[in-house]
Amino acid sequence: MSGVRVLVGTRKGAFILTSDGKREAWDIGGPYFAGWEIYHVTGSPADPDRLYASQSNSWFGQLIQRSEDGGSTWAPVGNQFQYDGVPGTHQWYDGTPHPWEFARVWHLEPSLTDPDTVLAGVEDAALFRTTDGGHSWHELPGLRGHGSGSSWQPGAGGMCLHTVIVDPSDAERIFVAISAAGVFRTDAGGETWRPVNHGLQSDGIPDPDAEVGHCVHHVAMHPSRPAVLYMQKHWDVMRSDNAGESWEEVSGDLPTDFGFAIDVHAHEPETIYVVPIKSDSEHFPLDGRLRVYRSRTGGNEWEPLTEGLPQSNCYVNVLRDAMAVDSLDSCGVYFGTTGGQVYTSADAGNTWAPIVRDLPAVLSVEVQTLP
Amino acid sequence: MIRVRLPAHLRTLAHVDQEVELEVIGQPTQRAVIDALEARYPALQGTLRDPATHRRRAHVRFFACEEDLSHEPPDAPLPEAVVTGAEPFFVIGAMAGG
Repeated sequence: MSGVRVLVGTRKGAFILTSDGKREAWDIGGPYFAGWEIYHVTGSPADPDRLYASQSNSWFGQLIQRSEDGGSTWAPVGNQFQYDGVPGTHQWYDGTPHPWEFARVWHLEPSLTDPDTVLAGVEDAALFRTTDGGHSWHELPGLRGHGSGSSWQPGAGGMCLHTVIVDPSDAERIFVAISAAGVFRTDAGGETWRPVNHGLQSDGIPDPDAEVGHCVHHVAMHPSRPAVLYMQKHWDVMRSDNAGESWEEVSGDLPTDFGFAIDVHAHEPETIYVVPIKSDSEHFPLDGRLRVYRSRTGGNEWEPLTEGLPQSNCYVNVLRDAMAVDSLDSCGVYFGTTGGQVYTSADAGNTWAPIVRDLPAVLSVEVQTLP
Repeated sequence: MIRVRLPAHLRTLAHVDQEVELEVIGQPTQRAVIDALEARYPALQGTLRDPATHRRRAHVRFFACEEDLSHEPPDAPLPEAVVTGAEPFFVIGAMAGG
């Protein structure tokens, strides 16, 4: 029987949650790397037992851990993330120049075909790649060097490159998103890049429709339609039907369009999920009710999903990389909260149940669908 | 032999008990001790100092003989008591919440 493996990164370690295809009974593994911040754990689509984890803390810096056996054992690989050439400066919060400084790896994106090739999105924002299983990492400098890099500035969480999406139909096309610069696209395997933010409006920057400067929180794509992108921005849920060339707002009847996470149903490219958060100054659900919102129309028309989720006194957040879907016949949806709960729905969001309730604050959730 | 005491997170990474003993080639200095430590325990590379600049990480401190050596030049000789093994060289993670 098929099953799922849920990879959870938290403020104080990693956890691996496993279940069969029913997704009712769960085994909880961990903590792995106890006491460390685990920004992301993910698996190779080409070899599901090959896992990578980003392990860091303020004292001892960054490590990358690798597993060959689905997370039972781990070993550190390379942890040198050195910017190409002279790093230069970006803007600090007050607009003054600030030297580019590596802080941590936010997101690891393994190749669809090669377990040894992984892209890493880091803070301060840059994209690195390994082709030797993580032993060595090299920046793709065309991103920071394309022209606007010196004007990028951090969001509240730091100047992070948090989203990396490789077009499954064209490995030369990669999308990345940076807070607070926006979305960038390469059609040349990472050699050259350009911003693709036309249509975004952000009131918190001097020019609301500037080419760069937007605080994009997360972007999602369905693999069957790589030209269609969905975005949860600082405020606004957005959609692009032309690979980012232009964006339109699809917040529609959401009760608030602030949030972090967004994802797409595994089998229905027009079904998307967000978790509305009250505002940029109050990072918790509106009215203390934890509601996932689902649109079956690619946006604009949304329905609240509440069954099994707390509907009073709930003041957690769901961070940008903390939502995922499995690809079982009945699509499973998962998300983790800053309160340490990991919720799952085995019926595409109709009903929810907690897998665990008391982990450290959840930073990321990924799901592997196993044969 | 130089005796080095590591904080808990680094002991876990290196798979060692509280104290490790290192053979340091040449004049024992902070740099030589960390070079020897990283050579013997590659998992610690980059955890005490920036791998590119070799600057001590901001939240890492070096103590020995009841003195804070964190701001000593990396090539300054270590105290004789550390060199002879009478006293350990402490790597400390600064106390800072969390």
